[in-house]
Amino acid sequence: MADDTDGPAAATAAPADDIAVAVVERFEGAVAHDSHGQPVVYVDPATWHDVAAFLHGEQRFTQCVDVTAVDHLVDDARADVPGVTPTRFEVVANFLSHPRNRRLRVICEVGDDPPTVASLTDLYPGVNFAEREVYDMFGIAFDGHPDLTRILMPDDWVGHPLRKDDAPARIPVVFKDDPAPR
Amino acid sequence: MSEPTVSDREEQRLEAQTDEGAQMMRSTRGEVLGGDVLWPESDDTMILNMGPQHPSTHGVLRIMLELDGETILRSKPVIGYLHTGMEKTGEELTYVQGGTNVTRMDYLAPLSNELVYSMAVERLLDIDVPPRATWMRMMLVELGRMASHLLFQATNGMDVGAVSMMVYGWREREMTLRFLEKVTGLRMNHNFIRPGGLAADLPDDWREDLDELCVLVEHGVGEYADLLAENPIFQERLVGVGCITTEEAIARGITGPILRSTGFPWDLRKAQPYLAYDEVDFDVICGQNGDCYDRFQIRLNEILESVKIVRQCAERMPAGDYRVQDRKVTPPPRARIDESMEALIHHFKLFTEGFRVPPGETYVAIESPRGEIGCYLVSDGSGKPVRLHIRGPSFYNLQSLDPMVAGALISDAVAIVSSVDPIMGEADR
Repeated sequence: MADDTDGPAAATAAPADDIAVAVVERFEGAVAHDSHGQPVVYVDPATWHDVAAFLHGEQRFTQCVDVTAVDHLVDDARADVPGVTPTRFEVVANFLSHPRNRRLRVICEVGDDPPTVASLTDLYPGVNFAEREVYDMFGIAFDGHPDLTRILMPDDWVGHPLRKDDAPARIPVVFKDDPAPR
Repeated sequence: MSEPTVSDREEQRLEAQTDEGAQMMRSTRGEVLGGDVLWPESDDTMILNMGPQHPSTHGVLRIMLELDGETILRSKPVIGYLHTGMEKTGEELTYVQGGTNVTRMDYLAPLSNELVYSMAVERLLDIDVPPRATWMRMMLVELGRMASHLLFQATNGMDVGAVSMMVYGWREREMTLRFLEKVTGLRMNHNFIRPGGLAADLPDDWREDLDELCVLVEHGVGEYADLLAENPIFQERLVGVGCITTEEAIARGITGPILRSTGFPWDLRKAQPYLAYDEVDFDVICGQNGDCYDRFQIRLNEILESVKIVRQCAERMPAGDYRVQDRKVTPPPRARIDESMEALIHHFKLFTEGFRVPPGETYVAIESPRGEIGCYLVSDGSGKPVRLHIRGPSFYNLQSLDPMVAGALISDAVAIVSSVDPIMGEADR
């Protein structure tokens, strides 16, 4: 796979995305990457909210179309992005700017102790459900979320199903006895 | 602290008996959007659970409504009743099998799901499909949009009391599905658009059937317009009900007809063209007031736009392959298996192990009948994805319910839910 990546300083790859470069210049530790022609920025979890604020304000990214996460616990071979220290979880946000008709994906590597990242609900209220889903499925907490509860699983569910160590069919099937004849 | 009163204890007992109390109605409105103007002075409000078994909730949507009399103050959609772990299932299936899984998410527009999944896989594989596959895909997806919007006309009509619409909408939709069945072999959950192209070529006499279908659907849409568009009772139920502004819709992640009803002409087919949408002529239908009636009109007219696109696809359908000729991705033709050992091996490998996709991640978004459907796909170089995430438009669109129903009456809530057109299979996945 072609990894035409830019270092933080040198935006050498041919289709360098100007917004990605702007984010890299503004925030320390950010790494711009070109993923199959799509601009991606890897950011530090500490700057997660600031990057979103920068995109929301200055860069006029009007919508955060999606927030999701990836658990890289058992990958065979993980796509290698130079300059990024891989951790177990990745939180991925896809931003869309209507006035500029541009997209940008921002990814942050979140550790496992316990995974926490700032909530973007104050900037983009629409990520409310998405962050609840990530919390429900991966157990990644979003600081500052107004209603961080489970959304898809029952409230009393134990575990986070999309984590790779949460095996399917872990729950044994329970057979009930026939009701006694009256 | 005073002793708990009888009613307190009674409440606790009820809460312990059922888990209905577990989902708390938090004041998300005040905290998220600022300002809770509608919050009353007194505290005699009532919480009413609408659904999950309510006939107008389109499946298993539960909405907690906080009522003052019959006026809704706040609402909170509670979802997850149809959660079947499809994203987890997607991690257990090979890329070849994945289509059967994603097609069941938005079960009213299955072809859109297959398309977005296939496009994501193809992007990771760095392959381009032949022109005939592109145009066939476009035609099928537009037929899917027609079927979905026709069903909306049926259910929306029934939800607001125009019960005969139920029959008319289903009638034309069934005609569309009949054509899709002829092409794909199944009415729904086709698994026809696959990574690398399509499962099969178009049947011999597809042109005649398609022309017939287009005339039928156009005639049907004319009938609906006659029946509903100027109908004062219908307008009474929908005009000015469930309004939302462009700013609020964008902030809440709303896409598709709901966003367009606010007067914001955003359609990915025009804004960020994929397939060959930049080569066909069609209009983006856009409303003005952001109310239920605009959403009805948008979907009604989008059917006609889809007919227009389908006609152009039929007209300009290029000859050639309907899938890439890369034997690692698409199976060899049946006849080749009898004569070629290589073909047999490829066929066997493809359906037992599937193909390997180089490590990487991508997000592909297309315009489904309900809005932006996206597929975030992560590969680690093996035959199964590490992560298959579908950004379902219904999941996000449900967040528009709260601003839309606030201040409305309970009977309006039915019309509003109907106009959001949520598909719970996609919201819950």
